[in-house]
Amino acid sequence: MQRFLRLRDFDWVLMALVFLLSALSVLEIYSATINTKFHGFESKQVLWLVGGTAAMLLLSFIDYHVLLDVIHWIYGFCIVSLLVVLVAGQKVLGARRWIRVGAIHFQPSEWVKLILIIAVARYFTSLAGRELDWKDVGKAFLLVGVPMALVLKQPDLGTALTYMPVLLIGLFLGGIGWKKALIIACAGLILIVPVWRAGLKPYQKARLTSFLSPDADPRGSGYQIRQSLIAVGDGGVWGRGVAKGTQTQGDFLPIPYTDFIFAAWSEEHGFVGAVFVLLLYFFILMRLIQNAQTAADLSGTLLIMGVVAVLIFQIAVNVGMVVGLMPVTGIPLPLMSYGGSSVLFTFLALGIVMNVRMNRFVN
Amino acid sequence: MNGMRDEKIPALKLTVIQYVIVAVLAVLITGLWRLQILGATNYRELAEANRVRKVPILAPRGRLFDREGRLLVDNYPSVSCFLVADQAQSLYSDLPKIARGLHMTVDQIRAALARYRGGPKYQLVPLKSDITPDEKEFIEAHRDELPELETIDEQRRLYPRDGFAAALIGYTGEVSEDMLNQSRYAYYEPGDVVGRSGVEESYDALLRGTDGSRDVLVDSHGREVGRLGYERAIPGMDLKLSIDLDIQRAAELALGNRNGAVIAMDPHTGEVLALVSHPSFDPNDFAVRVQRDTWARLITDPNHPLMDKAIQDQLAPGSTFKLIMSVAGLQEHVAQDLRVNCAGGATFYGRFFACDAHHGAVNIDNAIPYSCDTYYYTLAQRLGIEPIAKWAHALGLGQKTGIDLPNEAPGVVPSEEWKLKNYHEKWYAGEVISVGIGQGATAVTPVQLARAIGGIASGGAMRRPHVVLQDQLPPNYRQAIIDSYPGSGDANVPIATSTWETITDGMAAVVSGAGGTARSSHLEGIDFAGKTGTAQVVNHSFGAKSVSKDVNSRANAWFVGVAPRRNPDIVVAVLWEHGGWGVGSSKLAAQVIQAYVDKQRRLEHNVLQVEAEPKPEGPQAQAAPGAPANKTGPAKPTEVGAIWSNPAAPDALGGRPVKPARPRDANLLATARAAHFFLNPAADDHAARPVVIRGNP
Repeated sequence: MQRFLRLRDFDWVLMALVFLLSALSVLEIYSATINTKFHGFESKQVLWLVGGTAAMLLLSFIDYHVLLDVIHWIYGFCIVSLLVVLVAGQKVLGARRWIRVGAIHFQPSEWVKLILIIAVARYFTSLAGRELDWKDVGKAFLLVGVPMALVLKQPDLGTALTYMPVLLIGLFLGGIGWKKALIIACAGLILIVPVWRAGLKPYQKARLTSFLSPDADPRGSGYQIRQSLIAVGDGGVWGRGVAKGTQTQGDFLPIPYTDFIFAAWSEEHGFVGAVFVLLLYFFILMRLIQNAQTAADLSGTLLIMGVVAVLIFQIAVNVGMVVGLMPVTGIPLPLMSYGGSSVLFTFLALGIVMNVRMNRFVN
Repeated sequence: MNGMRDEKIPALKLTVIQYVIVAVLAVLITGLWRLQILGATNYRELAEANRVRKVPILAPRGRLFDREGRLLVDNYPSVSCFLVADQAQSLYSDLPKIARGLHMTVDQIRAALARYRGGPKYQLVPLKSDITPDEKEFIEAHRDELPELETIDEQRRLYPRDGFAAALIGYTGEVSEDMLNQSRYAYYEPGDVVGRSGVEESYDALLRGTDGSRDVLVDSHGREVGRLGYERAIPGMDLKLSIDLDIQRAAELALGNRNGAVIAMDPHTGEVLALVSHPSFDPNDFAVRVQRDTWARLITDPNHPLMDKAIQDQLAPGSTFKLIMSVAGLQEHVAQDLRVNCAGGATFYGRFFACDAHHGAVNIDNAIPYSCDTYYYTLAQRLGIEPIAKWAHALGLGQKTGIDLPNEAPGVVPSEEWKLKNYHEKWYAGEVISVGIGQGATAVTPVQLARAIGGIASGGAMRRPHVVLQDQLPPNYRQAIIDSYPGSGDANVPIATSTWETITDGMAAVVSGAGGTARSSHLEGIDFAGKTGTAQVVNHSFGAKSVSKDVNSRANAWFVGVAPRRNPDIVVAVLWEHGGWGVGSSKLAAQVIQAYVDKQRRLEHNVLQVEAEPKPEGPQAQAAPGAPANKTGPAKPTEVGAIWSNPAAPDALGGRPVKPARPRDANLLATARAAHFFLNPAADDHAARPVVIRGNP
């Protein structure tokens, strides 16, 4: 009886939207790699999706309160794994991000997102009801700041930035006062200058500023963003068709199956296709928020809203980058970009959402 | 934790988040709208520009043939290396590597890039022409590392060696920035090869053809992934010159390594049969890229190897001018009755003017063969400067002839008006005396003399000299050439028959008469006529030449000869700079006339005996293997590699030795090279004989 109810409570609408988006993703990965040595990535992506779905189902049957109860252990383990990466990780393209266990490479920084969502949810749940004082705020900053600093050290600016929305939505929903929020915002703005001066490497600075004037250095730092803009614009209203985008197929668009998949999609499917994808995201996010509203308790709501925060942040930054409104930061587009870590994170996050939903009447 | 389950988030906060999401998505859709709806056309073009590359297909330049269709200037396949700046990943760090592979210096590459700085990034910047096989291999091997390097197969010029006919043919080179600023080069682009002198320059528009292009689809690494189509290159037009290779060769051999010029022309048509200017240069040095030291040597050489002396050397005509004087004197009815007693000179206007000899009683009939200065001093005094200037002008002196070659010089005919204009001085009557013997300010070019004296011998029918056969040209281009090279052109100067007969008989007596100044050049069995000229360069020279060395103070030796004397088929003007006496030049002209007449006779002979017994050919005939051009229709094109081929120098022509077309040419090759066109005199009665030059007395 209980089992039946649970399956009925599964969010089939959300799943349908997610799988539709995943199908479009597989289609575009197929199209973007058809003429390259990466041909076949679409089948790998399907495997990741199958694995992700299994992981999601698995997680959806674990009561999220159990996760909340053990999260401090997992959090500790994740800090250790980040330290391991820094010391013994594999260096790829100048950054230590990957750990190799057997034949599988993985990027701990992706998992940290999920762990932070749970940890932040637990932290603010524990503070529930009362106005946050500076000590609480400071603790929250430490909670997120430590793994963030470790990831920044890798260096992986993009992923580190995705931790910020988890903290911010936690503070917002956890009940930070307007004055404090204002002070933190001001402090952040003031801090930008020294961080920019001392904390960023020249290539990072170049990447962050080149989107403002991609034509200034079309061969160098502006190359990726310029090719991306050309690809999107080339799509026009209806797009050039599957495997017919010249920017995508001619290898002008960089990594068209991961970070710039939305540019590839926009070139081959046009404005109509691009808006369609954004609408899918819209419905998915609205569906998530609806689940957050119906959650049985504060921790459930915080968990789902943490997922929402990460997703909208990644969508905004990735699509913003593709259309030239944001700098190039190397943040993948959830449910579209190729990549096991990204797929697993998204589906595990959805698994938690499912669990929260299925537990909404439990009281 | 269970106790906190009742806590709820205010619905307002979630609504705020929903609005934030809507706002974010709205901003993103606006971004898409801007690119995909408003900017679609622009970005479509950029995407096309990304993937479509125009690769030029260079048109082969038209070849040059002689009048009988024998090849003079050919093309050979060559590979050029270009640089496409926008294909480079990091151009400036690649430069040292490119420089090493192409055997250039980094500065040379930078200079090449600097010349194209203003142009679009996808422009092909020519780096090096005619690259060697190992340089090509370097480019092929580094396709991935150095995608900016591009090679293009093209055709390059192959000119005769040893400067054969170089002044006539000219040379090609890359169009210069100065030229690009001129309106006549409006349709040229940087890097285009353009004729820089001679026929290559004057007929450049016909010779160059039209480059085509290939639209190639490329990926971001510049790799070709497909083709869209192409525009065919239109090869340049092959041109037949009016030059007769046999006559040209005879003229080259005759002049040898003397400084000067020879021009042979058919006075009936104005077709130039031979045009030689020495010293010469090797146009092959220019065909790729002229070396700095080669260029420096050419432009500082005091003998002006780059000058086409046949049309640009303006010198006092000396006694050859006496023929113009004779026309003026007879036409003005002064010379007919003029009798002068030559006692080695005479005094005019209080000054003594010397003659070469005591000629005794002289009239117009023996004044020409004797070249008696006293007679012409007197004639000049009687005529005055204006009639002389009038007739000199009428016969085409003091103005360009309109030959279809660039940078012709006009020469000078002094007159009262001329002096007032150039020196702001009045003409003094005494100045006319030296003009009478072709000295003073008078200056002519060899081509002017050839046209004028050929015209006089043709009864006043003057023809515009030209080096390219005009019938093959498109009519509008024929007119364009005439308009581009204005001059005296075609003209009929009314000359009385008696004048004509008197002067041509006088010219005949120069080489055949007892007292003729060039009687040693008499050709048995040929109606050879002409006039010597020994133009002083020290006392009377116009545009003073250096007198530091003895040889430079010698007179310029002129000779203008025709055959036959009336209505001649050929006129030859010879200028031998500092040759001493005009008679020396007459021997050179005689060789050319001899070669011409021999050839005509052999052609007639061959036609008569064509079925009976083919005559064995001498070396000269080998170069023109039995080509009865004007008897049995146009001869088929025959390559005469012999002239420029040299098996002894295998590194010539970029390591491609040229083999003689036929085994029997091999011997000829060696001879031609070793003796600088001197053939073995024993091999053929009619071959050029070494000229014995009489020293300067």
